[in-house]
Amino acid sequence: MSQTQIETPSPTTTQAQPAHVLKPERSRLGLMRPDHSKSVFIDWLTTVDHKKIGIMYGAIALFFLFIGGLEALIIRTQLIIPENDLITAQRYNQLFTMHGTTMIFLAVMPLNSAFFNYLIPLQIGARDVAFPRINSLSLWTFVAGALVINFGWLLQALEMMGLFAASGPTAGMTDMVPAGGWFGYAPLTSKDYTGVGTDFWVMGLQILGVASLSSSMNFIVTILNMRAPGMKMMRMPVFTWMSLVVAFLIIFAFPAITIALGQLMFDRVFDTNFFNVAGGGQPILWQHLFWIFGHPEVYILVLPAMGIISEVLPAFSKKPLFGYSIVVFSGAVIGFLGFAVWSHHMFTTGLGKVATAAFSLLTMAIAVPTGVKIFNWVGTLWGGRVRFTAPMIFSLGFVWMFMMGGFSGIMHAAAPADAQQQDSYFVIAHFHYVIMGGIFLALVSGIYYWVPKVFGKMWKGTLSNWVAVLIVVGLNVTFFPMHFLGLLGMPRRTHTYLEGFGWASYNMVCTIGSYILALGILLLLVDLIRCLRSGEPAGDDPWDARTLEWATTSPPQVYNFAQTPVIPARDALWVHKHGPENKKITYEADHGHGIHMPSNSWMPLIASVGFVPLGLGMTLMQAGVPYMGYVAIFGLIMITIGLILWAIEGPGGYHLHPEQENT
Amino acid sequence: MSENATAHQDDGHASLIIDNKKLLMWLFLGSDCMFFGTLISTHLIYRKLYPESFDPTTLFSLELTSFSTFILLMSSFLMALAVSAMHKGELKSFRRNVLGVIFFGLIFLGCQVYEFAHFVHAGLTLSTNTFGSTFYMMTGTHGVHVAIGVFWLICMYFYSHTGKMDAHESAVDVEIAGLYWHFVDIVWIVIFTAVYLIEFI
Ligand code: HEM
Ligand SMILES: [Cu+2]
Repeated sequence: MSQTQIETPSPTTTQAQPAHVLKPERSRLGLMRPDHSKSVFIDWLTTVDHKKIGIMYGAIALFFLFIGGLEALIIRTQLIIPENDLITAQRYNQLFTMHGTTMIFLAVMPLNSAFFNYLIPLQIGARDVAFPRINSLSLWTFVAGALVINFGWLLQALEMMGLFAASGPTAGMTDMVPAGGWFGYAPLTSKDYTGVGTDFWVMGLQILGVASLSSSMNFIVTILNMRAPGMKMMRMPVFTWMSLVVAFLIIFAFPAITIALGQLMFDRVFDTNFFNVAGGGQPILWQHLFWIFGHPEVYILVLPAMGIISEVLPAFSKKPLFGYSIVVFSGAVIGFLGFAVWSHHMFTTGLGKVATAAFSLLTMAIAVPTGVKIFNWVGTLWGGRVRFTAPMIFSLGFVWMFMMGGFSGIMHAAAPADAQQQDSYFVIAHFHYVIMGGIFLALVSGIYYWVPKVFGKMWKGTLSNWVAVLIVVGLNVTFFPMHFLGLLGMPRRTHTYLEGFGWASYNMVCTIGSYILALGILLLLVDLIRCLRSGEPAGDDPWDARTLEWATTSPPQVYNFAQTPVIPARDALWVHKHGPENKKITYEADHGHGIHMPSNSWMPLIASVGFVPLGLGMTLMQAGVPYMGYVAIFGLIMITIGLILWAIEGPGGYHLHPEQENT
Repeated sequence: MSENATAHQDDGHASLIIDNKKLLMWLFLGSDCMFFGTLISTHLIYRKLYPESFDPTTLFSLELTSFSTFILLMSSFLMALAVSAMHKGELKSFRRNVLGVIFFGLIFLGCQVYEFAHFVHAGLTLSTNTFGSTFYMMTGTHGVHVAIGVFWLICMYFYSHTGKMDAHESAVDVEIAGLYWHFVDIVWIVIFTAVYLIEFI
């Protein structure tokens, strides 16, 4: 097919013109492709460039980080003193549910995605991902899912003004926002207990699942098939390796929650009996299905962070990563074992002695590959010439804080101990150490490391030190006392508590800590804006780094590498700069037909936007809003038409000639 | 199905022998295994938990289901013929076989619709008991897969009349549709064994 659609312009005509004067061509639909659009807006909406998609993922993720952070601050402020009545118990439930859901699905996962998108093709020397239009579909579907999950806030506002009330099956429910916790345990999510909010949660997560699944398949194909010549698997940067493991985790773990959410939806809409106790349903089934997804999910969150650390530590220790193959291998082992430990979230449900013992042992086993990685990172630092740059400081923070979270993890791997800790603030402390102290610090480290590449601007001054101090101090002040609170018996998801329980002073400290943390994150944004507005030009390789993405310009051109690089070794750029003469990166000659670029397209956007009316229509139909069935059908038609036109349109493409452009 | 990255492969990027689109389909099928795995295990768990609550042998018609299973198997056979015809560039034979697959797929769907209608009539609905819930959701999801496959093949059939199919490139597309179709068939064999046959032992 491809031969016919790429109307190759004859080299003589194109070579004379710079890229932006290329005329957009007609697709097989007879419509103009939105290539080389003068409108920046159209260009970004229809883009298939993995770099622009990555930047959009990052910006949207930071926005939701802000929203989720705001929700957390309200929660903490409610708990600052005993018997506070800042918010109602119902609002409190909504806030912690949306805080967890937002942070995991709308902040950390998309921030990881931003790094995947931006870095993987650059790190393996590819022009783009394998399926550029599917990549654009993933981005916009993620946005659609995020909107659907959060739509309840708008409805809740209307409800408070007396403008909206649910009729239909959830009549009388005043809950418009998800309130069943981020793991939505049955039977709390049945329509006897929660209102339309749960429907938004179910629909939104389903839509996000489409986005995650499609982008993961895309990345696996990209990593396996699009590597530059010489980029063998064991020469790939560790970040790319960890992304590959994560993509496999996603395609095997997400189906469990997709089906569970489908069953829940059927329970709510068609009165099925999956989790409905009266009809013989077993709420515990939900717990199993959720955690079969849920535990791999925590590794889906953390492995990219480990990848980032494994890039930053060697770069600033001037040493190769200690035990590269062991780091890669332990990452894969974590991936496998991650599917075998889900029931450690269910120790107190009465699994039986054998199951409890087995899951307890397996959970302790999974700490081994994790610990191996820590030793590798320390080994990388050992004897290195360490430079305390901003990315390095955050990476070191990761190693330390993540280890603390790992320790409490092993503590509740022991089932008897966990019986005391389950559903208490101790667990909250555990996973905030691994997620905030671990993943978040690594992501900030990644931002400090790669922003000079992405925007071509260097960070200004030493504000980053303040950011680091505030964040690390803030998170320890916030989360360390929670260990004690948990052991003193404070249950998680408590809307308020009495004076005499002895929790007041700890809670006060936690809340103050959360303000410090918030200040640190605000300062991070200030630093970022300062850098983007007035940073000095960064140059191609400001950190004297090791991997391929630093070999191209900052920011990289649309085509990433003017000529395809040929990779002679692991840590290709480092070896190129400091290694023997016969290990230089070489470039394949251009055959004179220029670089083939994929065309922009409206179709992924149209198909993705269709998910919004589909999701909202189906949900609001449940709440008894008239005509919503038609809205849902409209959404479905929009998705179908988008996909069919996508198939007919063909990928298209145009040719660029970098040499001409540069002159 | 038309996302096309062969142009990238011209640049010497293809690091595995397998075609991008084909690899994508394999990954999708791997993921789909987990979807059906979850559905089938939910069904079996509830079946084992409540062995007495419902006796499906009174409802199942082994003759009808064996027939539709056989039809689906034969459609897979025709699909294989269609793929090999496309590889040889025999467009006519390709069309004939694809029409056969579509026809058999529709017969299978017809049997399923009939079966569902019959069961509902006999009093088994989605909300009757856990058996109804798990059974309809599992077989329904499979039916949707078959329906999507039929729709896909119909599109391919019409596309083959536009004259834009060239033997080399389209053979891969047909092969991918074939992978999907065989997979859906295999899943049905599992369901037929684990859900229908086992009840009659
Ligand atoms: C050393 C490795 C780890 C071990 C042994 C471990 C163990 C555990 C155990 C046993 C629980 C259940 C506690 C309970 O509910 O009573 C738990 C909860 C949790 N862990 Fe870990 N964990 C480890 C690493 C991680 C990592 C790396 C992450 C995230 C990236 C993580 C995130 C979570 C979350 C989010 C929960 C709580 C889920 C909830 O109840 O809402 N853990 N962990
Ligand atoms: Cu876990």
